[in-house]
Amino acid sequence: MTTMPPASKQAGEKWVGRSVPRREDLRLLTGRGRFIDDFELPQLKHAAILRSPYAHAEIGEIDVHAALELPGVRGVLTGREVAAMSRPFAVGVSPAPKYYASAVERARFVGEPVAVVVADDRYIAEDALELIEVDYRPLPAVVDIEAAMAADAPQLHEECPNNIYSQREFVYGDMESAKKEADRVVTGRFLFPKYGSTPIETYGVIASYDPFADQYEIWSNYQGPMVGHALVAQALGIAENRLRWIIPTDIGGGFGIKTGLYPYIALMAMASKRCGVPVKWIEDRQEHLIASATGTDRLTEMEAYVKSDGTILALKDRAIDNTGGYIRAPEPGCAYRSIGNHTGAYQIRNLEREVLVVGTNKCLTAPNRGYTCQHLYFSLERMMDKVAAELDIDPAEIRLRNFIAADQFPYKTATGGLYDSGDYAAAFRLALQRFDYDNMRQWQKEARAEGRLIGIGLATVVEPSVTNIAYVGLAKSYLERRKEHPKSGSGEAIMVKMDPLGKVHVIAATNPQGQGHDTVISQVVADQLGILPDDVTVSNVLDTHQRLTSITSGSYSSRFSSAGTTAVVLATQRLKEKLFRIAGHLLDAHVESLQNDSHKIFVREQPQRSIEIRHVAGTAHWNQSGLPEDMDVGLYGVGFYNMPTSEPPTEFDQVNSSNTYGFIAEVLMVEIDPETGALQFLKWVSAHDAGTVINPLLFEGQLQGGVAHGIGGAIFEETAYDENGQILTGSFMDYLVPTSMEIPEVDMIHQETPSPLTALGSKGTGEASAMSAPAAIANAVADALRPLGIEVNELPLSPNRIWHWIKDAQSSPSQ
Amino acid sequence: MKPAPFEYFVPTSVEEAVELLARHGDDAKVLAGGQSLVPMMNFRLAQPAVLIDINRIVELGYIREGDSSIAIGAMTRQRVVETSPMVRDKCAILSEALANVGHQAIRNRGTMGGTLAHGDPAAEVATVLLTLGGSVTVAGPQGKRELSPEELLAGPYAAGISSDELIVEINFPILAANETHGFLEMSRRHGDFALAGVAAVLRMGEGNICERARVALCGVAPTPVRATEVENQLTGKRLDASTIQAAAELASRAVDCEDEYHASREYRTHLCQVYVRRTIQLALERWGNN
Repeated sequence: MTTMPPASKQAGEKWVGRSVPRREDLRLLTGRGRFIDDFELPQLKHAAILRSPYAHAEIGEIDVHAALELPGVRGVLTGREVAAMSRPFAVGVSPAPKYYASAVERARFVGEPVAVVVADDRYIAEDALELIEVDYRPLPAVVDIEAAMAADAPQLHEECPNNIYSQREFVYGDMESAKKEADRVVTGRFLFPKYGSTPIETYGVIASYDPFADQYEIWSNYQGPMVGHALVAQALGIAENRLRWIIPTDIGGGFGIKTGLYPYIALMAMASKRCGVPVKWIEDRQEHLIASATGTDRLTEMEAYVKSDGTILALKDRAIDNTGGYIRAPEPGCAYRSIGNHTGAYQIRNLEREVLVVGTNKCLTAPNRGYTCQHLYFSLERMMDKVAAELDIDPAEIRLRNFIAADQFPYKTATGGLYDSGDYAAAFRLALQRFDYDNMRQWQKEARAEGRLIGIGLATVVEPSVTNIAYVGLAKSYLERRKEHPKSGSGEAIMVKMDPLGKVHVIAATNPQGQGHDTVISQVVADQLGILPDDVTVSNVLDTHQRLTSITSGSYSSRFSSAGTTAVVLATQRLKEKLFRIAGHLLDAHVESLQNDSHKIFVREQPQRSIEIRHVAGTAHWNQSGLPEDMDVGLYGVGFYNMPTSEPPTEFDQVNSSNTYGFIAEVLMVEIDPETGALQFLKWVSAHDAGTVINPLLFEGQLQGGVAHGIGGAIFEETAYDENGQILTGSFMDYLVPTSMEIPEVDMIHQETPSPLTALGSKGTGEASAMSAPAAIANAVADALRPLGIEVNELPLSPNRIWHWIKDAQSSPSQ
Repeated sequence: MKPAPFEYFVPTSVEEAVELLARHGDDAKVLAGGQSLVPMMNFRLAQPAVLIDINRIVELGYIREGDSSIAIGAMTRQRVVETSPMVRDKCAILSEALANVGHQAIRNRGTMGGTLAHGDPAAEVATVLLTLGGSVTVAGPQGKRELSPEELLAGPYAAGISSDELIVEINFPILAANETHGFLEMSRRHGDFALAGVAAVLRMGEGNICERARVALCGVAPTPVRATEVENQLTGKRLDASTIQAAAELASRAVDCEDEYHASREYRTHLCQVYVRRTIQLALERWGNN
């Protein structure tokens, strides 16, 4: 690991762009972080959840008498009571299957909540779970995507024939001409597995119902978006201002998985109301692995219409996602979230696409670091390699021939994405150069001649960030959408205030999960005001009753470094404007003639005419009648920033599904042990362009984390089920998260092409190689196994799977 | 993931522990390092009514070098044995195998007796014991008795000791000057349970003749098992590539496992052959370098 020298402390220098050490670390590393489980309330009781052991079963009588008699038990909440106390959660498909916070008359996946016990402590609560008797009547289960759509498949919901939750077809551009013009068609079929991110801190909720105010107070480590707040209020049948929702400063990782937490907030709110006590529930690791959320598994069939020179004219694909036993918002986002960047880094103007979202007896889904971009790029980047192989063009060359050129930005994709900036070829060439691509290809040939299985894998992808919530609208047709109120946006709010002695405090609700927002906020504010980061304090708590929030608040889709920091800049500029107006008033000078350093504001041409910032601030607080006449008292600035590019979908289903678009190029090499199927990384260069880098130390951390998650998805992680829907990976013994031992050293290259949409030029990069590494690794393995005639169309690339491929290839008569 | 209620005792001597075991018998579980038992209790897969915590029996923590064997107290932490210079010098196969037991944090707590009493099919320590032909001493109401590795390895998660007995000591034979060894295993990640593991000790004579071979496998049968057909194939032969290959192919005869998520039976069987060959080759290279 590279350690960065501590930033020197001189005012007036730029702080953005420097590796300012994380101000959060001292607190966290000394155990002084305050996570959800550290919070207490008077009379707080503890909940445990009874969960279905069956993938699919009718639920008859639930006998809770013995549980209620256990000393220390305060009450039990069953699914039928949940159905009586709440409405199904809203979701963006119609007809919508009924999804409550608990199974009601039927359980549809292993681990689905069936009842909640509230007791004096968690031990007693779990003892009581064993005393509840449930009359389950098991039903046939289905876990496979295609089997779920078969005519004889078990039906999960009456409302959803053939287990289809959502289905749409899209055509962009001129497919007919493209098909005619094409010299050949290359086809592929890809299966992307179901896996999550296993944040180190599991879900947690504290719920307290106040019967006098008829109001709920919630503490949780929900990561956003605050759409969840609206969904829970609606499910509970209360006005949103009766649901106070607090998210503490410290969250131990989210990765999108913690967007799936909100049903538990509703469940614990009801448990608190039902039992008359405040309730805490901390999800344990087993619960997390079987029933929290994972990304979707996806089956993709893809056709590429290509010219002989490698130009890709059109894509036609059909993708089927699987959101499990129900469909839970923000799903069906999985099918639509990446639509704006569906053609990746390439100039592909024609696309025909069918999407389906189906249900099976698996646990539910949520965005998972990369939110189906890893699925998309697994198919698209494998296709690029297949096209290259069919045309006998080098896979690097085929990408260079199809890239969007640097002078085409801002670039509008066929599907409505608006790529803000980039120079893909330049970043890719940097990566190839660092990798020593041509020489490595030569070396690969020599190693192959010795019988070694060496593969080089590439992936060049666009990294979208800052979701525009409008994309979920694509689940409905234009005519259906027209009947509803339009949805769009990506807004973030920040307040910056100055105290009477001129020090700055930032009131934020950006909901960090370890990203270091407070450090970054202090850097950005310091630059805007010309002061030191140490002079800036930050309070970062999301509290719907005490902070400014929007429906899009929260940390997800890598929002903070672009949307969040722009809001910080706006807020600070407004504060500064006010500060200068007061200074101008006190100095009897025009605001435009003023300038400041870290201590004083002065007239640019007559520096002796100056006033200390603390005196300006002091005037604002202590001598309120000394302010300019038309000025409000209070020394603060509010920045509420929405990306101007966050618009609703058009009538042609075009939508800018994200707002900033970065670029990633992976170039890596693997060796496969032909005897064991084991995979080893030999070399890896990863180039990233996420616009202006605000803090290289934090940036590097995000990139390394993205690599680890990408390796997890490519090789190790899978939420696996047997054919009866029993989970096979219910503990960390079988659900394999890569450790530092499995993660190679990755050579990172940074290119900075600033975004015109953000104050600092920064884009998001929190997902990074989680999107691109599965594709690049699969391409490398495919390249290694090509001499054996093996196709790589599914993940994870376990040694067992690779060995079976090799064995089958060697025993097949054609080889 | 909270355990069911249990009664808890903390004996400070072997006598006291044995007395408690005699009193509570099948209702009791012995808590040594707790690296397997505690997770099982948290999953409520194990719900012992009584827990007898032997972590304060200081007399069970030792490593003693004897003339032909090393005696290790049952409560000696795996990490202590792994890093013991004497063990590395006299019985290197044990140090090498221990490096594959979970992660360092696990070995800091995990004990030598605990892994043997737990009886995991992939347990490395038991595999080494089986290969070396060591012994285990248990204490019970009737006093002490000695078990062979085969007697101990009665079944999966079912060590051949009765519910009122406590493992007190393990004896590992010291490797002789004319013996060479190897230990290799394949796991999904570093520290995971072995998909297949191989321990081998070869007694070598003039001209690379193998006078005696002891080979055991872990992770591929209900308990660690000797690969006797491999041993027979090697014994008395000059160890060249073809002899080793022929022997390795017999490893599959010792395999007795089902398909599971991380590895098919076929894959595990194949891994045994590959790893037996690689382990023998490793042992031979070491012999050659001597």
